[in-house]
Amino acid sequence: MTRKRRRLWIVLACVGGLGSATALGLSAFSDNLVFFVAPSDLAQHTTNGRTLRLGGLVEAGSIQRSADKASPVSRFRITDGRAAVDVTYSGILPDLFREGQGAVTLGRLLPDGTFRASEVLAKHDETYMPRDVAEALKKNGQWRPEEGPPPPAATWNTLEPAKPTPTRTAS
Amino acid sequence: MIPELGHFALALACAIAAAQTVLPIWGAHRNDARLMAAAPALALGQLLALLAAAAALVWASVADDFTVQNVAENSHTLKPLLYKVTGTWGNHEGSILLWGLILALCGGAVAAFGRGLPSALRARVIGVLGGSSVGFLLFCLLASNPFNRIWPPPFDGRDMNPLLQDAGLAFHPPILYAGYVGFAVPFAFAVAALLEGRIDAAWGRWVRPWTLASWCLLTGGIALGSWWAYYELGWGGFWFWDPVENASLLPWLTGTALLHSAIVVEKREALKVWTVLLAIGTFSLSLSGTFLVRSGILNSVHAFANDPTRGVFILGLLGLVIGGSLLLFAFRAPVLAASGLFAPLSREGALVLNNVLLCSIAAVVITGTLYPLVADFVFGAKISVGAPFFNATVLPLSIPLLLAMVVAPGLAWKRARLAPALIRLWWAAIVALAVGLTAALGPAKAFPALAFGAAAWLILGSFAEIVERTRLFRTSLGESWVRFAGLRLSVFGTTLGHAGMGVLVAGVAGMSLATERVVLLHPGESAESAGYTWALDSLRDEAGPNYAERVATMRILRNGELVARMEPSRRSFPVQKMTTTEAAIHTNGMADIYAVLGEEREGAALMRLHYNPLAPWIWVGALIMSLGGGLSLLDRRVRVGAPTRARSAGSGVQPA
Repeated sequence: MTRKRRRLWIVLACVGGLGSATALGLSAFSDNLVFFVAPSDLAQHTTNGRTLRLGGLVEAGSIQRSADKASPVSRFRITDGRAAVDVTYSGILPDLFREGQGAVTLGRLLPDGTFRASEVLAKHDETYMPRDVAEALKKNGQWRPEEGPPPPAATWNTLEPAKPTPTRTAS
Repeated sequence: MIPELGHFALALACAIAAAQTVLPIWGAHRNDARLMAAAPALALGQLLALLAAAAALVWASVADDFTVQNVAENSHTLKPLLYKVTGTWGNHEGSILLWGLILALCGGAVAAFGRGLPSALRARVIGVLGGSSVGFLLFCLLASNPFNRIWPPPFDGRDMNPLLQDAGLAFHPPILYAGYVGFAVPFAFAVAALLEGRIDAAWGRWVRPWTLASWCLLTGGIALGSWWAYYELGWGGFWFWDPVENASLLPWLTGTALLHSAIVVEKREALKVWTVLLAIGTFSLSLSGTFLVRSGILNSVHAFANDPTRGVFILGLLGLVIGGSLLLFAFRAPVLAASGLFAPLSREGALVLNNVLLCSIAAVVITGTLYPLVADFVFGAKISVGAPFFNATVLPLSIPLLLAMVVAPGLAWKRARLAPALIRLWWAAIVALAVGLTAALGPAKAFPALAFGAAAWLILGSFAEIVERTRLFRTSLGESWVRFAGLRLSVFGTTLGHAGMGVLVAGVAGMSLATERVVLLHPGESAESAGYTWALDSLRDEAGPNYAERVATMRILRNGELVARMEPSRRSFPVQKMTTTEAAIHTNGMADIYAVLGEEREGAALMRLHYNPLAPWIWVGALIMSLGGGLSLLDRRVRVGAPTRARSAGSGVQPA
């Protein structure tokens, strides 16, 4: 076994390993990438039933918990300041899930325009606000960070009365 | 006053670290014995100063000194004493201080145990460790000072995040950090070797115990974190492919590769350049993982806070450490002459395969973790890469790794034949096939069935090494015992390390069969799930030291017989306005019964009932792996500070 042959073997092993890793990675990418959307994005795009991450703030006063034994579902609305989406989730909401605070849900958009979540995550940080929301509010001039805390989440989807909002934002 | 002393000690440590960087490396360069001899004293001095700083922070926290911003933001008078102490590292500033302290401990350990090292190598290693310390301590002083005062002080603190008020989490950061930071030592050895332009078997013998020790701690730390997530977050899962988890997994993967390639350097003086690169890469991953997360660049549920100034400092520091060491590598690596030829089919070849596979896994994990960041910067697309991606890429790559892991220890160095190594594993192969087929015919899908088979193969195959060496059943029991007693500890270490991985894989495969059901129960009602009857008896309120608790009393029955009583609960912490879920877990070693209490609706409690087969095996497996590593460390030949002496070639291994 010469040095050259050994190097060849090692190079082959590396190419094989990294090649299969790349192939696996690429094939998994095409199926498993999950796009992050804000409620206002959902209003504009078709989603083809893909799994999505829907993030925003939980609208104040929107959480409803059904006590129906057959399907103990929670309903709430996620807003980003421009639009809001009804979300249904059958499971235990996380401890940090709170009205007026950030939440990210993983799930699919149903044909009726509601979002069915299979997973709900809430942020650890209670002063957290999604970047999109902060940007949107600042752009509208509704919130200036130097003047104090942002306006309550319940008012966000009505902050822009001039812009016609899609029907699903109506409560 | 005490916090000022702590602040001063921190600044002093930074100054000492600067001296510790410059003097010994300069001394080693000029071959000045006096300057080189200063290295251990400076390393111990830095350690003492940092111990004083850490003690000052603990004192401020225990004494409820709310003029210290860090204490005011993270503590509260009512917080239990244990968490006042452990809470000092449960926040950003404190965790950076802890990081610096552990780095100083590593420097101190090299100074204390490194008497047998050549003095120039020791001076350079301590110097490089000092250099990394300077970076951290500057970061600590300038961008995240734990001793900042605030005025006026608040009447009471803001209290700690209740999720962190947990004994498991109290010890998770120090152990994990010790693992992360421990890889600074192999890194320092690698940089020192590049400066020196020389690597030999003695270098490998030095790097190995340090790598092994860090690896054990990192394994333990990751397992502890995963266990905490399992019982404290109440999601019923053990690994979520969260960026923080990935950040800890990456150095573990490359560290495992380093552990194995260092063996080749020690025994055969081959793969030197690669090992140096791995040592640099592993520490770089430890650094960037923690700091990308701490800076908030990677969005994670674990991130403490987003602060852009910190992010810039961290990126600069990372660029300096990683860029600098890679530049040095590019210039100096050609000096390190390769030697030790081997055939592709040999122990060395198998270890190369191990490295290739581990690094491929690390590569896909990096891709999945960083791709959202890249997509955001380059395409402006907000995407995330979740568990399905990692499962689809990591699992197929780990199967060949798991299969090869068993065969490799039976191969001879330099040139081996596959047949004898396989033949002695026939019984393990048969059992593994049987296990895999049983699982495939039973409840498991294709991948879990494969994983069950691989786990059986791994556990049995690992012990085949011991069976082979003791010639069990082929000679008298007495002679086997004599051989058994004569085996080196590192043989048991390898066996346990590999078998522990098998136990872990079995646990992961078992968890793929886990069932989960969400039910709404009134007290007195019951639900059926996973073959058990889950009866909710009552709901009551209780008061804890700094929280109020809602407790559910449950009975778990199987065919009418009582299996367990469980009390899942929810705690609400008034100061932080937070609620935490305390899952109730009943384990019989083969499966966990896991119940979570959710919110209440019209007198009924929403509950999630999990049945997790083989779940405990995951952490038991990790523990066995850590123990295996520890056992190897006890081996006289691998021990830290073992006297360097000439060994006769080939005495380390008895080919099969």
